[in-house]
Amino acid sequence: MSASTALHIDWTRCRGRGMCTELLTGLGRDEWGYPLVAGGGSDLPIRTHDVEAADDAVALCPVLALSIRPARPTR
Amino acid sequence: MTEAFWALGRASGVVLLLLMTVSMLLGLLTRSGRPLVRLPRFGVLLAHRNIALLSVVFLGVHVVSLLLDPYAQLKLIDVVVPFGAARAPIAVGLGAVALDLMLAVAITALLRRRLGHRVFRVVHWAAYVLWPIALLHGVTAGSDGRSLPFLALSAFTATAVGAAVVWRMTDHFVEYRRIRTEPAR
Repeated sequence: MSASTALHIDWTRCRGRGMCTELLTGLGRDEWGYPLVAGGGSDLPIRTHDVEAADDAVALCPVLALSIRPARPTR
Repeated sequence: MTEAFWALGRASGVVLLLLMTVSMLLGLLTRSGRPLVRLPRFGVLLAHRNIALLSVVFLGVHVVSLLLDPYAQLKLIDVVVPFGAARAPIAVGLGAVALDLMLAVAITALLRRRLGHRVFRVVHWAAYVLWPIALLHGVTAGSDGRSLPFLALSAFTATAVGAAVVWRMTDHFVEYRRIRTEPAR
């Protein structure tokens, strides 16, 4: 199952306030509190059961650093 | 019946002070990025948002009940344009200023994603002005504003908000601030 959308983190806006890391299981938190996408990068593939959580994360991000965009094809 | 509007106007004012105080405290906690005991960070944010919106509802109750109360002699224009009211123009005018600011803060918060973060943030700072103006309005315009119970409540809420603002200005207000400012090795 390949995700068709991804949660994109705009690192120029992110201040590591941690809301998204509470809402999405796939997001960890690095030692400075910033979200950590498994495998690195700025896009977290959204799995089907995470669609609502991803929408909530976009709506609740206090600095509007999150957006949903089409997932890039995997290599 | 007219007594009921007066009572509702006063009661909703006291409720407003409590809701706006809790909203300030939760808003500051949201900014710190810290959870509240068992309440996660997004829970603190949602509680802040919902209590703030509830205070807008109570502001509606407060204004409508006093518009219907003949003793308050309040005209619709006095609700939004400050310092022109027939009774206690200064005290009522402070309420109008607070109402205008609260509507600006609420509307820009609801349209945050459309307006962009910068507009939202700048207008949201008005909360720090709006809360003390609203408190002053309660003490000066309220018919029991200088009674001991209300003054005690005012002092209590002012202490709570004041302490939170002092905490806001301290070095380690933001979660992870300590580790983020640690010099690199």
